[in-house]
Amino acid sequence: MNGSQVPLAFVTPGKNAVIKDIIGGYKLRKRLTDMGFVKSVNLKLLKNDNGPIIVMLGESKVALGFGMAQKIMVEELN
Amino acid sequence: MELKSSYPENNIVIALAGNPNSGKTSMFNQLTGARQHVGNWPGVTVERKEGTLKYKDNLVNVVDLPGTYSLGAYSEDEVVAKDFLLYHSPDVTVNIVDTTNLQRNLYLTLQLLEMGANTVLALNMYDQVEKRQQKIDIDKLSSILGIPVVKTSASKGEGVTQLVSTAVNIAGRDKKPLEINYGNELEEEIKSISEIVVMNNELKVKYNIRWLALKILEQDEHILEDVEHRLSARQLEEIKKCIQRIESKTGEESDTIIADMRYGFINELIEKTVKKSKSVEEKVSFSDKIDGIVTNRYLGIPIFLLAMWSVFKITFALGDPMIGWVEEFFAFLGTLASNLLLAVNASDFLVSLIVDGIIGGVGSVLVFIPNIFLLFLCISILEDSGYLARAAYVMDRLMSSFGLHGKSFIPLLIGFGCNVPGVMATRTLENKSDRMITILVNSFMSCSARLPVYVVFAGVFFPGNEGNVIFSLYVLGILVAIVMAKLFKSFLFKGAVSPFVLELPQYRMPSLKGTIIHMWERGRLFIKKAGTLIFSVVVLIWLLSSLPLGVEYASQHSFIGKIGSFLSPLFAPLGLGNWQSTAALIFGILAKEVVVGTLGVVYSVGESGLSTAIAQNFTALSAYSLMVLTLLYTPCVATLGAIKRETNSWKWTIFSAIYTFVIAWIIAFIIYQLGSLLY
Repeated sequence: MNGSQVPLAFVTPGKNAVIKDIIGGYKLRKRLTDMGFVKSVNLKLLKNDNGPIIVMLGESKVALGFGMAQKIMVEELN
Repeated sequence: MELKSSYPENNIVIALAGNPNSGKTSMFNQLTGARQHVGNWPGVTVERKEGTLKYKDNLVNVVDLPGTYSLGAYSEDEVVAKDFLLYHSPDVTVNIVDTTNLQRNLYLTLQLLEMGANTVLALNMYDQVEKRQQKIDIDKLSSILGIPVVKTSASKGEGVTQLVSTAVNIAGRDKKPLEINYGNELEEEIKSISEIVVMNNELKVKYNIRWLALKILEQDEHILEDVEHRLSARQLEEIKKCIQRIESKTGEESDTIIADMRYGFINELIEKTVKKSKSVEEKVSFSDKIDGIVTNRYLGIPIFLLAMWSVFKITFALGDPMIGWVEEFFAFLGTLASNLLLAVNASDFLVSLIVDGIIGGVGSVLVFIPNIFLLFLCISILEDSGYLARAAYVMDRLMSSFGLHGKSFIPLLIGFGCNVPGVMATRTLENKSDRMITILVNSFMSCSARLPVYVVFAGVFFPGNEGNVIFSLYVLGILVAIVMAKLFKSFLFKGAVSPFVLELPQYRMPSLKGTIIHMWERGRLFIKKAGTLIFSVVVLIWLLSSLPLGVEYASQHSFIGKIGSFLSPLFAPLGLGNWQSTAALIFGILAKEVVVGTLGVVYSVGESGLSTAIAQNFTALSAYSLMVLTLLYTPCVATLGAIKRETNSWKWTIFSAIYTFVIAWIIAFIIYQLGSLLY
């Protein structure tokens, strides 16, 4: 199962994914957690063109720096 | 700690808590209408908005807490919200949640309830939930959480009365904190930590013990600090062991487990109470369509530039005729006052003080009110509609290559109106070094107070080309800000650009009332400055020009002339060696617009004859040099005051005053000397 984990930053736009892990320090983790980025949450990648990415998380749209998006490990869904 | 005593004893104190974009501000406006005022939180500079309302026989104080996603130690906003709830214990906390986004919003709710806040839950934007034919079992939600729940729609004013009556009814009730079961492993350690901290009497009085233990496990910096100096080294060691035990048993950080458990509780809660309908997407897709365009890789920047161009066009095209009205008003006021004073045989000295000094001086500042308010109105509309968040997104790529943060662009934009609210708006930046850089370069944004200086000089020396000359100064300011930001990032505030996370709220039609209140909040800082600081500066200049007694008003022998003559060698290499421009620049530090006013005084010609006096005493080159100096040199006193408050450091304030002067001097020197060679 673990083999299919990729950083959110590498997911193609339009795809859904589920968060598996957040790697990073306390502050980054807390910031993401507070906004709803937690394990087993589904999200949809809306935009990914090397700048900040945009994801749909529940009903909210969030822009995330590329660096942060590399620290969120997800599993792509179909 | 200072407390509730700041409110009249019988008043009910309601705190409004909620996520950013939950409609908290609209609710605050609905509740308090025009009866609101803005101050600062004691000890910190985060703005504190308060208002009052009357319900039956009750007077209610409403305190708008900063919008936060959580109550921790992440940003100043969070600390302020947490401290107010903890130490001021409001009678009721009204938690505004965006019902269309319940999962994330309830995360804050849980933290409020775990803290033991006496809470009413306002399911805001409920109309949108109904539109999607979603159903929420309010009674069940209320009974699981143990608090009253009210449906509201703040933007339409629905449910507001019921919310108030519910809040007033439960005011002052003693609420038991909500206890979530965190599972055996965690609960065991919560118990062990509780047993340790409860031995300290101060902690026992100050906090709910279970909550304190949880916060320790979450590793909340502020709580840890408070606990550390009250417990012995051995006790702290014990606590550390508890945390390590959890982490070695579960292989996860303790804060992650707690967050996961909370979201688990929320998911279960939502499953029990929310019936989802199947067709949800419509509203979202409209927003998506707009986003597809405005955040487009190629279109994003041009659209952003177009938006900014429109903002400035509106500000000046609409503002300039209005400036005429303000000028006429003050001219009328001046004539009226002088007639009245002459009628009562007032001395010339007094007439001059009131008419030239006070009315003329304050008037010359207040003429920018139309520009400033229009600019802030445009920014408020962009912000309230949701576009500004997209602009920050679009700008992030560009800004991060200069060492700034995407969000830094908003304080810089506000700086074009007035640097004081610009510096204050840096609070939205969480990272300290981003915030410092944005504060330090903010004064290079050409605020509207510099404009009259440009207008007068460009009008005299560059007729027909005023627009281009003024534009060149705005661009110069931006370029200097970019270069300095890059230098600061490379040498003073090293480290990676901090992570960018920003919620892009749904597009909304901004409400008239909300937009105007928003505009007023920023603009009032300028009026306050004109009313207090500039007033005193104007009187001071007038005094220095009139003293020593018997001297000719504003001549070289007056104090102002002596000061100007003494310092003028400093400005001579910039083509500004006459004592008059030196005096104008010195007083310009008190407020940039004063540069023009002072010249009017020292050439003793008033506003009307100023153009002729300038034409005789400056060249096109020295005029441009003066404009560049006015743009770049030491920020005005009000801005320096804001820098001091926001950085809480004299060192940075003084640094800011000096480095800008040096930069300005060097650039003006280069321009003047190169220009002299060429022409």
